[in-house]
Amino acid sequence: MRPVAATVARTFSDRWATYAALAAAEFRRYTTYRQAVIAAIFTNSVFGFVRCFVLLAVAGGVTGGMAAGYSRARLVTYVWIGQGLLGTVNIWGGPELADRIRTGDVVADLLRPVDPVWQYLAADLGRGAFAVLSRLLVPVVVGAIAFDLYTPARVATYPLFALSLLLAVVVSFACRHLVNASAYWLLDARGPQMGWVAASSALSGMAFPLAFLPAPVVAGLYLATPLPYLIQVPSDVLVERYPLSTTAMMVAGQAVWAAVMLGVARLVQRRAERRVVIQGG
Amino acid sequence: MADGVLATYRRLVAAQVRSQTQYRASFAVEVVSSAVFAFIDIGTVLVMFRVARALGGFTFREAFLMAALAGCAFSLADLAVGNIERIRFYVRTGLFDAVLVRPLGALPQLLAADVALRRLGRVAFTTGLVAVAVRVAGIHPTPARIALLLVTPVSGAVLFGALFVATSTAAFWWIDSGEFAAALTYGGRDFTSYPMTVYQGLFRRAFAYGLGFAFVGYYPALALLGRPDPLGLPAAAGWAGPVVAGLAATAAALLWRYAVRHYRSTGS
Repeated sequence: MRPVAATVARTFSDRWATYAALAAAEFRRYTTYRQAVIAAIFTNSVFGFVRCFVLLAVAGGVTGGMAAGYSRARLVTYVWIGQGLLGTVNIWGGPELADRIRTGDVVADLLRPVDPVWQYLAADLGRGAFAVLSRLLVPVVVGAIAFDLYTPARVATYPLFALSLLLAVVVSFACRHLVNASAYWLLDARGPQMGWVAASSALSGMAFPLAFLPAPVVAGLYLATPLPYLIQVPSDVLVERYPLSTTAMMVAGQAVWAAVMLGVARLVQRRAERRVVIQGG
Repeated sequence: MADGVLATYRRLVAAQVRSQTQYRASFAVEVVSSAVFAFIDIGTVLVMFRVARALGGFTFREAFLMAALAGCAFSLADLAVGNIERIRFYVRTGLFDAVLVRPLGALPQLLAADVALRRLGRVAFTTGLVAVAVRVAGIHPTPARIALLLVTPVSGAVLFGALFVATSTAAFWWIDSGEFAAALTYGGRDFTSYPMTVYQGLFRRAFAYGLGFAFVGYYPALALLGRPDPLGLPAAAGWAGPVVAGLAATAAALLWRYAVRHYRSTGS
């Protein structure tokens, strides 16, 4: 089914206002889940302590005290920003859409006169904006209290990090949309969901910097998968692991992956709509 | 009476076994992915040792044994008690009312009714890992060591199980407690995967000794390896696991009773 929007003449600004309203509504929705946010931040912080001490021990076990090119301050910052990114980029976001497809509730989304993928993206950006202020900021403050964090030396790092963070949220959104959209065909997206969680937990840079892995594996991950663009790249931007030119290239790579994954997500969504059978009575 | 109660639990579990193995391919996929997640956990430890020669003064062979023992203990607890996480859902929706009116204990009822068989994948993988780690560490088997090897995963599982139950009670006061319990359960799993010498300060004191995580993998492994503790505890600490687990289980049971009495339903 085609969105009714196609037949209704709408101005460009109208459409943007709709997406902005969707994003604002999702932002407000998450501000009401205060207990869950506090619990999540507590958990992220506990994991932050564990990972921080482990990576510091790794640096301590290497002659020269540098682990795969990361100094101690960079490693510490890497861990805490990673714990903040986890909830912001939301790689473990729930199967909300897959559930809506299974129950048939998704029909309400498809009837709205706006593109479904942009609609979900707008909502996810609203969620992400709130997460930046809560789930990203607080763990970093906790880390700064307990450890000596690395302060970026280049002014360009701050705008680059903001851009990289935005792109990471978009890449993560598009990947999760694809995983959830498999429910249009499978009805039960648990299999793809588990595969995604396993891959993104192990190989996004959350558990350890990907540079800890053999170089050919790392190259393969950067070239063939969107995984490093979720946590590794934004973290590396902030801790200035690479020279500015390399960093800019990585963010450009992120932009390419964001565009590609969004394109695939829209394509899959359109195919799904052509064959969709709405569940329920 | 006791026979009747046991038979009821047996039926509850049997019903779960039948229902979860109904779709055989799906069940197989879930068991395998459970093992894959356990593989990722131990893989992370391997990656650390790819970069560093030693962690906290311990070589790979020694740290691998600690991680394997802890991983096995966690997976047993996860299989037996891990589903208590769902208590959040029972309390929030008021479904816990139905559990309380039945003439069975609330805790065993929930554990039997929600048992997740896919976690057998993790148990099988981590049990194999212990066997490999013992071989890699080159431990010469004596009756005492074999006894310690058998006791350690069980007492570690009791400690993890106590934490699963204790942290789940947060749901009775804190309706939207979300991932809070994961900090101490899954967080504990990651914490116990490394030698205690890696951690420092208040954090080590709280997690290793306050919550007892040091006695899950670290001290038993030191006893098996015949290494003295760099942190200064006597060699007998390797055998302290059951005592620590007993204390934790008692505390968790008291907390659970107190929490259930505190339950006020949803009032709808």
